[in-house]
Amino acid sequence: MSTQPQYKDLEPDEAYAFKLEDLEEDEMILNMGPQHPSTHGVLRIELKTDGEIVKDAQPHIGYLHRNFEKHAENIDYQGIIPFTDRLDYVGSMGNSLSFAFVGEKLMGIEVNERVQSIRVLTAELQRIASHLLALGTYGLDIGAFTPFLHAFREREKVLDLFEWLCGARLLYNFNWIGGVSHDLPDQWTDRVKVFLDQFEPVIDELHNLLSYNKIFTKRTATIGIIPPELAIGYALTGPNLRGSGIKWDTRKEDPYCGYEKYAFDVPVGQGRFGPIGSCWDRYYVRVEEMRQSVRILRQAIEKLPTEGDVHETVPKRVKPKPGEVYARTEAPRGELGFYIVSDGGLIPMRVKARSPCFVAMSIFREIAKGEMIADMVAIIGSLDIVLGEIDR
Amino acid sequence: MSLDAAAVQQKVEAKFPGKITRAELEVKDPFFVIDKDAIVEVAKYLRDEPELAFEMLHCHSAVDYLGAKDQEDRIEVVLHLTSLKHRHWIVLKIELPRDNPKMHTLEGVWPTANWHEREAYDLFGIVFEGHSDSRRILLPEDWAGHPLRKDWEWPEEWHGIKVKPPEKFADRAQGGEEIGIGPFD
Repeated sequence: MSTQPQYKDLEPDEAYAFKLEDLEEDEMILNMGPQHPSTHGVLRIELKTDGEIVKDAQPHIGYLHRNFEKHAENIDYQGIIPFTDRLDYVGSMGNSLSFAFVGEKLMGIEVNERVQSIRVLTAELQRIASHLLALGTYGLDIGAFTPFLHAFREREKVLDLFEWLCGARLLYNFNWIGGVSHDLPDQWTDRVKVFLDQFEPVIDELHNLLSYNKIFTKRTATIGIIPPELAIGYALTGPNLRGSGIKWDTRKEDPYCGYEKYAFDVPVGQGRFGPIGSCWDRYYVRVEEMRQSVRILRQAIEKLPTEGDVHETVPKRVKPKPGEVYARTEAPRGELGFYIVSDGGLIPMRVKARSPCFVAMSIFREIAKGEMIADMVAIIGSLDIVLGEIDR
Repeated sequence: MSLDAAAVQQKVEAKFPGKITRAELEVKDPFFVIDKDAIVEVAKYLRDEPELAFEMLHCHSAVDYLGAKDQEDRIEVVLHLTSLKHRHWIVLKIELPRDNPKMHTLEGVWPTANWHEREAYDLFGIVFEGHSDSRRILLPEDWAGHPLRKDWEWPEEWHGIKVKPPEKFADRAQGGEEIGIGPFD
C-alpha cells in the first residue's frame, strides 16, 4: 500500500452544502443536477427554495475536471496546444492563440505580420461562431426555438471555413508557438468576404426574432443584475463586465497581434429595458460584438500581407530560459490568460490557465438570491459558461 | 496615470517599511515578494490608495518549487493585480513553507479570491485562515491528497475505479523523462 492518505466513503448527505437542520418552514433543498438540458454542461446547482423563490444557490463544479495543469507538467510546450483547445471547446482558436502568445513572450519570438493577420482572422471568426452558439442556446433555454436554428445555420458556415483551412471543425491545433499550422488556402479570403456580406443582415434578423421580443425582454431585462463594483470585485471580464457598463476590452487596452491597426468600437450595456447589468444587457453586448467582429474581419482581409511564411519563426525545440510570464488575450468569454513558469527545460514547470468562466460562475451565488427557479436558467445562459473551461 | 513597478514599490515601501522581502524588477514581469503576515494590509492599501487603485485580482495561482533548479523548496502564491482606472498591473508573491502552507485569506479584500483559494486548497493543500467556505471545489469531496504538488503519487484506485495509468507511461513521465509530443523534425 502506498503512504498516501486514503479516500473515505461519504454519506449521501455530505455531498450537499446546505444542511437539513438549517431549513426554515416550507423550504426545500433541490438539485439542478449534473445532467440538465439547460445548464450548458455538467454543472450541479444546489438550490434552497421557498416554493418557487430561490433563497440560496450553490454551484458545484468539477464534473469535467481533466487536470489540464498536471498534464501540462508532463508534456512539452508544443504538445500542450491540443490540450488548450479542449479547455473552452466552443472557442478553441482563442485558447491556442492565448497559449501561443504566452509561449512566444517567454521565448522572445516576434512573429511576422502575415501570421498576425491570420491569427486575427481566425480569432474573430471564432468569436462570431462562439457568440452565435451562446445566443442560440440562450434563446433555446428561454423557450425560443427558431433563433437557435438560424444561429446554427450561420455557425455551420464558419465551421466549414475552418475545416477548409486546417481540417478540423471544432478543435484545431492551429496556433503554434511561433506561427500557425497551415497557411490560408487560395480564395479562402474571398469566401470569407462572401460569408460576411451575407452574415451582416442575419444580425438584424436575430434582433427581429429575439432581442426586442416582449417575452424575452420581460424574462431577462430585470434579473441577474450585476452592479459594476460587484463585477470588478469578482474580476469579471469580457461581455459580462461590459454588460455592466464598464468599457474594458483587452484588445484595446493591452493590444496584441496587431489589433491596434484595426478600428472598432466596444459595445457596453446601457440598461435599455431595465437596470444596467441585467441579463439582457449581456446578451445585447454579445450581438453587437459580432457586428464589430465583422468590421475587424473586413479590415483584416484588406490589410492581409501577401508575403510571409507562416512557419518562419516556429522554433525547432521550444526551450525557454528560466523565468515566468503571464499574458492575457480577449477570448469570446472574457480574458483568458496563461501563467507559465519555466525552469529552463523542455517541459514547463507550471502552467496555470486563468479561466474567465470560472470567475463568472463564482458570482452566480450573489446574483441568484431572490429569483425564481426559471430565472436560474436565464442567469446561467447570460453568463455564457462552458464547463470545459471552468473545470479545466 | 499609469505607474511602473518601481514607483509602486516606492509607495508600498513608504507605507509598510520592510514588508517587501524581495523585489525583482528586471525580469519580464516585475514582482514583489510580500511578507505573509502583512499581506492583508498591503492588499487593502493597494486596493484603496487612489493612485494605485488595484481593484481587480486578475489571477491567483500557486506554484510548487520542489526540486526546481537553483530554487529553494517552497510553495508560492502568485497574485496578478490589475487597475482598470490607471491601466497598470503588478505581480505579488507570497512564499510559504512546504510542510505547513498557511496564510490569511484575501476574501475580504477581493471577493473573487473565494473560489481561487478553494482551488489552491484543493490542488495544493494551502490552508487559508478565515476563509468562509473551505471545501474542495474541483475534485470530488472525498478525494484524498493534493494532486498538483510535485511529490504526489498516483493512488491505485478510487471507489473501485482504477486511477493509476499503466506502468510505462506514468513512470516515464514521473521519472523525469521528457516525453515529446509535437512537431519535431
